[in-house]
Amino acid sequence: MKMLKSTLAVVAAAAALGVSSFAQAGATLDAIQKKGFIQCGVSDGLPGFSVPDKDGTIKGIDADFCRAVAAAVFGDAKKVKFSQLNAKERFTALQSGEIDILSRNTTWTSSRDASMGLVFPGFVTYYDGVGFLANSKLGVKSAKELDGATICIQAGTTTELNVSDYFRANGLKYTPITFDTSDESAKSLESGRCDVLTSDKSQLYAQRSKLASPKDYIVLPETISKEPLGPVVRRGDEEWTTIVRWVGYALLNTEEAGVTSKNVEAEAKSTKNPDVARLLGADGDYGPQLKLPKDWVVKIVAQVGNYGEIFEKNLGKSTALEIDRGQNALWNAGGIQYAPPVR
Amino acid sequence: MTSHIFKPDMPPPSKVFGPVAWMRQNLFSNWLNTLLTLFAIYLIWLVVPPLLSWAIFDANWVGTTRADCTKAGACWVFIEQRFGQFMYGYYPQELRWRVDLTVWLAIIGAAPLFIKAVPRKAVYGLCFLVLYPIIAYVLLHGGFGLQEVATSQWGGLMLTLVIATVGIAGALPLGVILALGRRSDLPAIRVLCVTFIEFWRGVPLITVLFMSSVMLPLFLPEGMNFDKLLRALIGVIMFQSAYVAEVVRGGMQAIPKGQYEAAAAMGLGYWRRMGLVILPQALKMVIPGLVNTVIALFKDTSLVIIIGLFDLLNSVKQAAADPTWLGMATEGYVFAALVFWIFCFGMSRYSMHLERKLDTGHKR
Repeated sequence: MKMLKSTLAVVAAAAALGVSSFAQAGATLDAIQKKGFIQCGVSDGLPGFSVPDKDGTIKGIDADFCRAVAAAVFGDAKKVKFSQLNAKERFTALQSGEIDILSRNTTWTSSRDASMGLVFPGFVTYYDGVGFLANSKLGVKSAKELDGATICIQAGTTTELNVSDYFRANGLKYTPITFDTSDESAKSLESGRCDVLTSDKSQLYAQRSKLASPKDYIVLPETISKEPLGPVVRRGDEEWTTIVRWVGYALLNTEEAGVTSKNVEAEAKSTKNPDVARLLGADGDYGPQLKLPKDWVVKIVAQVGNYGEIFEKNLGKSTALEIDRGQNALWNAGGIQYAPPVR
Repeated sequence: MTSHIFKPDMPPPSKVFGPVAWMRQNLFSNWLNTLLTLFAIYLIWLVVPPLLSWAIFDANWVGTTRADCTKAGACWVFIEQRFGQFMYGYYPQELRWRVDLTVWLAIIGAAPLFIKAVPRKAVYGLCFLVLYPIIAYVLLHGGFGLQEVATSQWGGLMLTLVIATVGIAGALPLGVILALGRRSDLPAIRVLCVTFIEFWRGVPLITVLFMSSVMLPLFLPEGMNFDKLLRALIGVIMFQSAYVAEVVRGGMQAIPKGQYEAAAAMGLGYWRRMGLVILPQALKMVIPGLVNTVIALFKDTSLVIIIGLFDLLNSVKQAAADPTWLGMATEGYVFAALVFWIFCFGMSRYSMHLERKLDTGHKR
């Protein structure tokens, strides 16, 4: 057994080495330009993040991020192909070169960043975290008041650990009921088997919209864990990593500067604001420094929108999810989304 | 001569014949049976009316969006709206006629094989088996002037059928050969076949699929990617052929030794002995076992979710994750169950018909 294990370890290490040695600076961008599209890994169906509509077009904030990268590289947001991946195969697909970028609600953690031949460029598409969905009849306003509550949890997720940590730290008691699927746990909340349902906050909103009367349930304000979700690329190609990172920052910077898909063309021609001029390529060579066209930001915003627009379109009040900006608001609007300047 | 007029027949005594008698005999014969009958009626009353009202009377049948589902029952609008996705996956809308045509060709092409009067069935069948897969491949995948449709866009019932038919069409011949090999007198061939069968039977299908999608790419040079569907198909064929081989071997073992000896005594060589005498009898005997394997495979296709392919069940799952249709999972699953049931039940009825037709009296 021991020998088998060590053999496996050697094989895995060889595989990892082999994979990382393929990635060379600049290779990804060259390959992408040669094949003419970006292969983007998304989830196999997560409301608001990446889910196919009736015609198979992938909708969601994760999918739109890939479109933004395509707009920056090719000037055409349509030059992206999606691979729908499940949680198990997502990293292999990236390591093996099947996809160029993984944008699949993946939590940025130190072990993932350091040990798998992958790297998180540093842009966070969505600050998520574990939260609680409660029946408003309980009259609970905060998670601190949940002493003695019965809590529905999805089995085998890190949520389980987070909840137990949180309750222990606050000296509260609770009774967990675990379920296999989110549909089951939503049904039990509805039937009153549990007082509170817990999951990643982004998913709580989706859960709530499944209930017969969503208005009777509230998402409590506490977020008890950090789950920054962001894109991932292969380790070892700095150029491509930088491009992905700055496409993300461009989305934030344009929102901050008030540049939207409606006014971006006009702003690019006639802006007086030097920050906006630099951002939109009217001044300086900031695009070519990244090996992107000069008007890369214009293309992104014109075709996909700025961060605020993407958020609203996929997760915001106009959708069934009705998610608040919360932590995902810009730094100057009460959130923690902050981007370094284009300069 | 006096004519004798018969009296009209008396009706049979109602305590012996008729529905009342049947009920007395079967449902209320003693106090225990009466109790069980009443309990069963209570259970039916408990389950069936709410089910009917959910599925039919209170259900929402017309509309285009979730908001049209105002009544308390099932929202079949969801199924209506996503029917195309459940059938074809994300096959481009304007090219879906190609899928339809493939199915029609299969039905029309195979029809003569089921009509008694058609002559030269063997020749026709062979031609069909050789030509049809090529035509089907070109129609579904593209080529020869037809626009190419990547297999990642295939899905729904179409993908289920592709995996099941290709799986079984590949596994049957391979399985028969493996069964022959396992009973062969040549040690090398026998060991090879036994190893193959025991290996593939020893691993779960889910592991095979998982290996093919997660481990295989790591060992291939970067940029070299097999088509996902092809990987799945090869895995399924290997896996199923091991099962088919064992089923067929069971049939061959049931053939009396005299049949082998008689065939040999007639001067037939190995292949003709097997092909003309043993296999026709053995295969006929194992029809239930083979159909069992086919049905199991048909249902196992849903495991391809592991490698990110979207068969009928997974298309349903995915459609239910759409924010505009959240909470419609139950309707979707009921629909998927119904489709699966129709296919599996059809297969089992056909196998019963086949057994009767081929029955030449070996029954004991």
